[in-house]
Amino acid sequence: MNNWLYIAIFLFVSIVMPTSLVVIGLLLGPKRPNPIKTDTYECGVQTWGETWVQFKIQYYLFALVFLVFDIEVAFLYPWAVAYKALPLFAVLEGVLFIVLLTAALVYAWRKGALEWS
Amino acid sequence: MGLLSHPITLVADWLRNLFLGWGLSQGLTTVLLYLIAAIVVASLANAWVIFLIWFERKIVGRMQDRIGPNRVGPYGLLQPFADLIKIITKEIIFPDKADKPLYVIAPLLMDAAIVAIWAVIPLVPMVGMDFNVAALYTIAVGAFATLGIILAGWSSNNKFALVSAFRTVAQMISYEVPTVLALLVPVLLAGTMSLQGIVEAQHVWYIVLAPLAFVIYFIASVAEVGRTPFDLLEAESEIVAGFHIEYSGMLFATFYVGDFLHAFTIGMLGAVLFLGGWRGPGAEAYPLLGLIYLWIKAFVVYFIGVWVRGTLPRLRIDQMMNFCWKFLTPLALILLVEAAVVDRLLLGFTPWGRGLVHLAINVFIGALVIAYARAYDNRRKRERPLAAKPGQYPVAHPPQPAAAEAQSD
Repeated sequence: MNNWLYIAIFLFVSIVMPTSLVVIGLLLGPKRPNPIKTDTYECGVQTWGETWVQFKIQYYLFALVFLVFDIEVAFLYPWAVAYKALPLFAVLEGVLFIVLLTAALVYAWRKGALEWS
Repeated sequence: MGLLSHPITLVADWLRNLFLGWGLSQGLTTVLLYLIAAIVVASLANAWVIFLIWFERKIVGRMQDRIGPNRVGPYGLLQPFADLIKIITKEIIFPDKADKPLYVIAPLLMDAAIVAIWAVIPLVPMVGMDFNVAALYTIAVGAFATLGIILAGWSSNNKFALVSAFRTVAQMISYEVPTVLALLVPVLLAGTMSLQGIVEAQHVWYIVLAPLAFVIYFIASVAEVGRTPFDLLEAESEIVAGFHIEYSGMLFATFYVGDFLHAFTIGMLGAVLFLGGWRGPGAEAYPLLGLIYLWIKAFVVYFIGVWVRGTLPRLRIDQMMNFCWKFLTPLALILLVEAAVVDRLLLGFTPWGRGLVHLAINVFIGALVIAYARAYDNRRKRERPLAAKPGQYPVAHPPQPAAAEAQSD
């Protein structure tokens, strides 16, 4: 329990530290905005059209593959921690799981989800 | 129980007695002690960046045949302080079209996430945190740094920044997969997710047991920090500055600090997971020695990162994604299986016996992988020779003067 308390305090400190620096910067720095200065930077020309456009579908594919992997890897962590106590059979079960994971990767690969176009 | 052998315990006990002497309750004392510890470690991390900035500018300068900072103070050592004073008195510009709350939160989130990783790093033997899910924690918190970059790119409402955010999505989350898989190997070998436990289990450094996992971890981490050769998200020649294009003053400096600290933090994690952390002669008797060992090891890993940065050109995005999904990820999966199966078969071996067998198998796999990569490269070259036909784009050699003359005739 104490560990979590320390983590909570540490997170608090790690947020406060950069925030206080930025606040000091806000206090010390000048504040003289003008329309030219606060305009969107685009190599000297006026920005044109909508910036917040849709992401290309390609990114979603990668994000999905990533999601699958990350969740499955999260399942592997308990297995890795318990590894020392596991019988050979359970270790091989974990290996089987990894093989299934690889099959998913091969599937995504063959389907062309990993091609950057 | 001298000051040298138990400095931190001694100070902690002294503070605890002091607070208790003031009549504070036990619980409040604990909170105060943790607060002090957290402030010390977080300040150490943030202040260390000042040195890192000088070091990296100097080293990269030397690598590019420049002198680097040399005006302010001896060897330019005071340059970062001068920069700090300058940048803290600069105006923070809030673009009109930006999504203001997110725009401010993004750099703070990135820096805070990276500092937060330091909460679980075992700096010295025996003392401090023994957090039982530390390995997972570092990944989870580290992901927030990526989120900060995506937020910055999106909230700036700038086309360059948005392209950078797109690339971040593709690059950083992809490289998270090999990182996490490579991190599983030390966790599996040590049988614990506690970083302190992993260090204690390294009678033989895990770089001997799993050299390839270390290489994968290192490459993928460099990609996650977004440094050269993986710095597509802030490629100056294409998208100006990428996600921090609209930032100025301290908000920009926060990104800058976060970037350098992230680079050192991956060195730190690499040292803890693969290079034995604080382990070294005499470290258990004198904990501060352990801190120095850890720092040196982390610095070596960090230096290799700087070296790579000064050496390699930037990759193209398709090359980068292919490298991650079609090379690093399958290799990491193979290594995980190797570690699991081989380590089970070597149950009765001595630590060094285990280490050498693992090393031999790793070298074998490494040789196979390099042979495969070479064969692939050769096949590619045969299929798509670089020497193009006249008028085609990838031209390997500039037209020869003799040929030009022949044409003009």
